[in-house]
Amino acid sequence: MITAERKPLEEILAYIKPFKRILLLGCNECVTVCAAGGRKEVGLLASALQMSRLKEGNSIDIREHTLERQCDPEYVEELVPMIDSADAVLSMACGCGVQQLAMRFKEKPVFPAVNTKFMGGSERHGVWTERCQGCGDCLLGLTGGICPIAKCAKQLMNGPCGGSANGVCEISDDVECAWHLIWERLKALGLTDQYMEIMPAKDWRPAGGGGPRKIIREDLAE
Amino acid sequence: MKTQSNLEKVLAAGHLAVTSECGPPRGASAETVVEKAKYLEGVVDAVNITDNQTAMVRMSSFAGSVLVKQQGMHPLLQMVTRDRNRLAMQADILGAYALGIDTMLCLSGDHTKFGDHPMAANVHDIDSIQLIQMVKQMRDEAKFQGGADIKGVVPKMFIGAAANPFADPFELRVMRLAKKIAAGADFIQTQCIFNVEKFEKWMEGVRDMGLHKKCYIMAGITPMKSVGAARYMKNKVPGMDVPQELVERMGSVEKENQPEEGIAICLETIERLKKVEGVAGFHIMAIDWEEKVEEIVRRADLYPRPQV
Amino acid sequence: MEQFEPVIVAFCCHYCAYTAADMAGSQRLVYPSNVKIIRVPCSGKVDSLHILKAFEKGADGVYVAGCLDGDCHFKNGNDKATRKVKHMMQYLEEIGIEPERLEMVKMSAGMGQRFAQVATEMTEKIRKLGPSPIKAAAA
Repeated sequence: MITAERKPLEEILAYIKPFKRILLLGCNECVTVCAAGGRKEVGLLASALQMSRLKEGNSIDIREHTLERQCDPEYVEELVPMIDSADAVLSMACGCGVQQLAMRFKEKPVFPAVNTKFMGGSERHGVWTERCQGCGDCLLGLTGGICPIAKCAKQLMNGPCGGSANGVCEISDDVECAWHLIWERLKALGLTDQYMEIMPAKDWRPAGGGGPRKIIREDLAE
Repeated sequence: MKTQSNLEKVLAAGHLAVTSECGPPRGASAETVVEKAKYLEGVVDAVNITDNQTAMVRMSSFAGSVLVKQQGMHPLLQMVTRDRNRLAMQADILGAYALGIDTMLCLSGDHTKFGDHPMAANVHDIDSIQLIQMVKQMRDEAKFQGGADIKGVVPKMFIGAAANPFADPFELRVMRLAKKIAAGADFIQTQCIFNVEKFEKWMEGVRDMGLHKKCYIMAGITPMKSVGAARYMKNKVPGMDVPQELVERMGSVEKENQPEEGIAICLETIERLKKVEGVAGFHIMAIDWEEKVEEIVRRADLYPRPQV
Repeated sequence: MEQFEPVIVAFCCHYCAYTAADMAGSQRLVYPSNVKIIRVPCSGKVDSLHILKAFEKGADGVYVAGCLDGDCHFKNGNDKATRKVKHMMQYLEEIGIEPERLEMVKMSAGMGQRFAQVATEMTEKIRKLGPSPIKAAAA
């Protein structure tokens, strides 16, 4: 999923300072899973904003609503009846959702309440780690299912580097050396010969090096 | 002979080669480079010029190499993949060769986290092995990485890479060297060696794969200045293996005698390594102690340097 | 001048803290009536939102009372509650409410004395801090 973390309250308050009526929107997908912007977090933020503004003597009207997703126009359309009664929109969705709102409601100020972080998965409840950087040319089949681009601090395709020690990356004891993990996997799979193959220099175009990316499915798009 | 490199000539003639390094300054003083390099004049076959070492901004290794070349010495251009993309690297290689630099070392580079710009992007458009491939392709096929022909003068670099016999996982370390050689590395400089036994074990694996015949392996050496330096290298520097008995040996002598003890250890290590089959030379990294390199080279009976 | 009487909300778990409250009652132990008890099946069931809402609706202090370490009827509900309370203390600080107004306490079912003591101490602590900044602003 896409992970995110709530922005500091101070920053959010600064965005909405001039506004009296806010539509606070959560998203029921990724940000719910990583406990950053789902229904519950919307409730917490609404309460926190109410109390902060009360303290300043600048009361605020907050309407809370959570969409199934904020990255699809069909769901965002549901907001049409609610939008006029808001001076601004505060979204707890990832950057994709925030932008979808801004595209649909061109006259309405839209602000992000979370910082979108990375594409990742759960290690265990409450811990999420980066797993994918969307390089557009997945090589997980060659590295025992572990991504050197997302998980190696230097995105080495022929690692490890000389800084790998005790299975840990040179940048921190908390970061596992991706190539150590890949090597262990290749061993477990009996594919150690594969290690000797040199991965040639990567074409970064599918990874965004060719500009902002787009997918068009001819069979689906009208 | 693949190139005109002095280092290649020395190694090809069968001599034990000697190289050392010169770190450019954190300012724009050409004189500082010249002064530092003077300590190595006539003492080494090539001088490594480091490239933003430990991710701290310094005068570029390109500029440093040119200054060293102007002094009549043989620069060894170090290039990390951390700071520039393949266009910039190829452009630098063309420029370096045009200015008489014919020997280079291909590295990944320490992560920006260690340096003075932790906020900078780590480029790594290509990694060190892909860089080796690229430089070899430029030299032997006269082609750029993207496939187009190089026009006019083709840069013929003697290609080096680094090897760390002490990093983990140990079983990978020989395979890693094999990969670099398969990619096109002509010579290797290892991480500095304190644990000679572990190095000898690595060399066994290297010889088993016949790698010492495909590539010149130069053993890295660093003299320790003090027991504090020994401890620092043991505990704080990634990928270094300093046996506890060496730290204790350094600590067992009075402070003012520690430098001499460090040099003694260094010379003993060199003597042991001379006997290891496959060691083609020594890369002496005397950080902040460049003035000692000449003494080490002389006392190790590696002076004068052969004129080839 | 009238003395400030703080409003304290105490979320008490059924198996330990609430039973301790009962015990305090049957032992005729005196504790301040400022403390409003809300019984929950487990301290882990207390949602972060309940805590914030309590403050939003005018509580001057809030505490979550659960079982002693290792004794939670639901295994580790008290650990979850402890983590939640710690997290909410940080949120309170961002809002501008003193984090000391929120606390996690642990006791066993038989600790009537402790229940009364905690209630008294918390009330005094909050009395000294004064009314919650929210109430003060709304006034």
